[in-house]
Amino acid sequence: MSDWPLLSLVTFLPLLGAAIILVIRGDGEVVIRNARSVALWTSGVTFLLSLFLVAGFDPAQPGFQFVERAQWLPGLGVEYHMGIDGISLWFIPLSALLTVLVVVGSWYSVEHRVKEYMVAFLVMDSLMIGVFCALDMVLFYVFFEAILIPMYLIIGIWGGPRRIYASFKFFLYTLAGSVLFLIAILAIFLETGTTDLAVLQNAEIPLSMQYWLWIAMFAAFAVKVPMWPFHTWLPDAHVEAPTGGSVLLAGVLLKLGGYGFLRFSVPMLPEASAYFAPFVFTLSAIAVVYTSLVALVQQDMKKLIAYSSVAHMGLVTIGCFTPNALGIQGSVVQMLSHGVVSAALFMVVGVVYDRIHSREIARYGGLADRMPIYAVIFLFFSMASVGLPGTSGFVGEVMVIVGVFQVNSWVAALAATGMILGAAYMLWLYRRVIFGTITRDDLKSIKDLRWNEMVAFAPLVLLTLWLGIYPVFFTRPMEPAVAHLIQQTQTVDTAAVAGE
Amino acid sequence: MTPAPLLDLMPALPEFLLLLAGLLFLVIGVLREGDGVRLIGPLSALSLVIAAAIILASDKTAADTFGGHFRMDAFAAFLKVLIYVGVAAAILVSQNFLEDERIARFEFPLLALFGALGMGMMVSANSFLALYMSLELQSLSVYVLAAGHRDTLRSTEAGLKYFILGSLASGLLLYGISLVYGFTGTVMFDQIGSLLRDENASLSSGALVGLVFIAAGICFKLGVVPFHMWTPDVYEGAPTPVGAYIASAPKLAAMGLLLRVLIDPFGAWVGQWQQIIVFVAIASMLLGAFAAIMQTNFKRLMAYSGIANIGYALVGLAAGTRDGVDGVLVFMAIYMVMTLGTFACILAMRRQGSYVEDINELAGLSRRQPILALILTILMFSLAGIPPTAGFFGKFYVFKAAIDANLTWLAVIGLLSSVVACYYYLRIVKLVWFDQAAEPFDLPLRPAIGAVAGISAILLIVAVLAINPLFASAGIAASAIFH
Repeated sequence: MSDWPLLSLVTFLPLLGAAIILVIRGDGEVVIRNARSVALWTSGVTFLLSLFLVAGFDPAQPGFQFVERAQWLPGLGVEYHMGIDGISLWFIPLSALLTVLVVVGSWYSVEHRVKEYMVAFLVMDSLMIGVFCALDMVLFYVFFEAILIPMYLIIGIWGGPRRIYASFKFFLYTLAGSVLFLIAILAIFLETGTTDLAVLQNAEIPLSMQYWLWIAMFAAFAVKVPMWPFHTWLPDAHVEAPTGGSVLLAGVLLKLGGYGFLRFSVPMLPEASAYFAPFVFTLSAIAVVYTSLVALVQQDMKKLIAYSSVAHMGLVTIGCFTPNALGIQGSVVQMLSHGVVSAALFMVVGVVYDRIHSREIARYGGLADRMPIYAVIFLFFSMASVGLPGTSGFVGEVMVIVGVFQVNSWVAALAATGMILGAAYMLWLYRRVIFGTITRDDLKSIKDLRWNEMVAFAPLVLLTLWLGIYPVFFTRPMEPAVAHLIQQTQTVDTAAVAGE
Repeated sequence: MTPAPLLDLMPALPEFLLLLAGLLFLVIGVLREGDGVRLIGPLSALSLVIAAAIILASDKTAADTFGGHFRMDAFAAFLKVLIYVGVAAAILVSQNFLEDERIARFEFPLLALFGALGMGMMVSANSFLALYMSLELQSLSVYVLAAGHRDTLRSTEAGLKYFILGSLASGLLLYGISLVYGFTGTVMFDQIGSLLRDENASLSSGALVGLVFIAAGICFKLGVVPFHMWTPDVYEGAPTPVGAYIASAPKLAAMGLLLRVLIDPFGAWVGQWQQIIVFVAIASMLLGAFAAIMQTNFKRLMAYSGIANIGYALVGLAAGTRDGVDGVLVFMAIYMVMTLGTFACILAMRRQGSYVEDINELAGLSRRQPILALILTILMFSLAGIPPTAGFFGKFYVFKAAIDANLTWLAVIGLLSSVVACYYYLRIVKLVWFDQAAEPFDLPLRPAIGAVAGISAILLIVAVLAINPLFASAGIAASAIFH
C-alpha cells in the first residue's frame, strides 16, 4: 500500500466516479438509482482510502508525507506535487466524509436532476481533497479556483428562489479575491524562482514585497473564510444553496481561507503576518461580536447558522495569526470542529426544510413532540456550536482564546464574549423551533428522522465527541508542522530584536 | 548576384500549394455550376490541413525568399499551423449554414482559402511591402465574405462598414509605412532594425510618427479599442460562419504581424511603443468587459469578448520580453480554439430550420441537449479564464510576463476586468443550466459543427495535462523574432 500514489488516488477517484455517472445511459429511474449508488460507492471508497492516510501518517516526522511528484509544466518549473503534513491531514478525511454524508442525506430529498447532482458533488469532492494535497502554488490555485465551478452550479441548479443572485454573488465575489491571490502567486514565483510550497515554507521574501503580497493573499482568503466585512456573500449563498451545498460550503470551503493563511501568509510572509496581526485581530473580534449580534435577529434558520459561521471563523483567523502553538493548533481544531458542527447544523435545518419547505424560524415550534430523535440531535449540535465542554467546539475555542490571551487579552475577552452570544442565539433558535406547542396542521403530521438521515448524523456525533473528549489524537500529528510555523514567526521576533 | 535557383522558393512551399489549390478550385467551381461548394469546401479545408502538415514536418530554421521579403521561421510556422487549421475548421462549419441559407456559392470556401493565404503571408512578412500586400489580400477576402449574405440588409451593411473602415485603416497603415520609408530609406525589417539599434544614426521623430500610424492600422485589424467600432456590427451582420472566420484566424495573423513589426524592426524602441500597447490593452480589456454585459445577441457578445481577449493578449506584448511574446502566442492559440468552438455552438442554435442568435434561446439547454450544454459550459468557463480550463493558462502566461516586466498594475487591472467579464460568461452558463427549458433546437447536430465544438472543448480540458508542448513550441517561436 505504501508505494501506491495514495494522494492522487484519493483526489481523483471521485472524478472517475463522476465520469462513470456521466456515461450511464438508459431509463430515467434506472439512471437515478445507478447514479446514487455509484456516487455512494466512490465517495465511500474515497473516504476509506483517506483513512489509510491517517493510519499511515507518521506524527513524529516533520515535513510533508505521501509526497508525489511528476512533471507538469517543465518550462516553468511547475510540478504536479502532492503531499500532506499535520495541518492538511485532517481536512482530507473531513472533505471525503462530508461528501459521503451529502450523498446519503440527499438520497430521497433530491429528486430532480439526480445524475447531475451526484456528478457535481463528486467533482467537488475531488477538488476539495486536491486543494489540501497540493504542494505547488499553481496546482493549489487550479484546485482552489476550480471549486467555484461545481459550487456555482450546485447553488444555481438546486438552490432556493433567489439562487441566481446568490450563485452570481458567490462566484464573482470569491473570484475577485482570488485573482489578486493569483498575482501574488506570480510575484512570489518570479521573486523566488519556484512554485514549490514545500520549499516556500522557508522562503525569505524581501520585506518590501511582503506587505503588498500579504494584502493580495488576504483578499482571497478573507473572502473565503469569510472575514467581516467581506462576508456578505455567505448568508446569501448559504440560504439559497441546497442542503448538500451548504454542508460542503460551511464544512470545507470556508476552511480553505484559514488553510490558506496557515499555508501561505504565515510561513511565507512571517514579517508581514506579524505586522498585520493586530489588523486581523481587530476584524476578527468585530466579526465575532458583530455577526453574533446579527445572528440574534435572524428570521431564517440557515441565515442564522451562516452568521454563526462567520463568528466561529473569526476565532479561526484569530488563531491563525497568534504566534504560539496553542493558537495555531486551536485554529485548526476550531476549523475541524466547525467543519463537523456547522455541516451537521445545516443538515439539521435540511431535515425540516425537506418536510415543510420553509426555513423561517417562526414557521416552526413544538417539534420535540413529534420528532424526539431530531430534537436530541438538534440539541447536541446546538451545544457543540455553543462550545459546551465535552464537545469539539469547546476545545477549539478554548485553545484559541488561551493562545491569544498570551498576546492580547482584549482580543481574548472579545472572543469570549462571542461564545456567550453564541449560546444566546443558538438556545433561542432551539427554543423557538423545538419547544412550545404545535399550532400548524402540517407540523402535526411531521415525521421523525429517516434511516438515511440518522446514518448521516451518526459519524458527525461521534466526531464531535471524539474531538471534544480526546483532542490529542487530532493535535498530535499537527505538532511538528505547527512547530515549524512557530519557528518561522520566531525568526521574525529575533530579527526584529536584532534590528532594534 | 548568382541566379536564384528554384529551390529558393521552398520556404514558401505551403503558400504556393494554397495558391495553386485556390486557382484549381476556382476553375472547378466555374465549370461545375450549382453544387460546387460541396466539393470545394472540403477540398479547401483539406489543402489547408496539408499545408499545415507540411509546415509541421519541415525544418523550422529561418529561411528567406523573394529577396528577403518573405521569411519562414519558427514564429511564422507556429502561427501558420494555427491559422490554416483554424480556417479549415471555419470552412467546415460553414458548409451546412450556407446550404440552409441558400447562399451556397463556391466562392465562399475559395475566398476563405485566399484569405488564409494572405494571413500566411502576413505572419511571414519581412518587409513593409510584403506586410501591406498580404494584409490587403486577407482583408479583401474578408470584406467580400462579410457581405456574403448579399440579399440581407444586415450582411451588406456589415460588409460595407467593414470595407470603408478597413480602407481607412489601410490608409493609415500605408501612410505610416511611407513615413518610415521616408525617414529610414528602406522597407526591409532587418535594415530598419539595425538602423534603430545603431545609436550613432540619428533618426528623426518622423519615423516614430510612422510607427504610431502603423500600430493604429494593425490595431484596427485586431479590433482593439479605440479601433474596435466595426467588430460588433460585422460579427453580428456577417453570416455566422464568416463571424467564426473573422474572429479566429485573422486575429492571429494580425497579432503575428504586430508582434513581428514591434519586436523585430522596432525592438529598440520598446519604450516608445510600450505606452501605446499598454493604453490599448487597458482600454480593450475594460471596454470588452463592461460593454458585453448588456448584449443579448450571442455574436455581438462574442465581439466584445474578443475585444477583451485581444486586450489580455496585448498585456503580454506590453511586457516587450521574450516571455511576453511567448505568452501572447499561447494565449492566441487558446483564444482561437475557444472562439471557433463557441461559434460552432452558435451555429448549433437552429430552431425549425432558421438560425437564432439571442442568448436567451439557450435557456434550459442542459435539459434538452446535455452534451452541447456541457461543451458550451466548458467554453464559457475557459473564456472566463477559470481553471482547470485552458483559458486560465493563457491568462496565466500573459500576466506572468507582465509582472516580470514590472507591469504589475497592468496585470491587476487585467485580472480585475476579467472578473467583470466573467459575469456575462456566467450568464450564459446560467441560461443553459438554471433556467426553464425553451423549445428544443433542431436535431441531430450537424457532424462538422459537433466535431468542431466537441474537439475544441476537449482540447480546452485536456490542456490542463498537456499544455506543455504548446508552451514549448510557442517559446521556440517567440525566440525566432528576437535578435
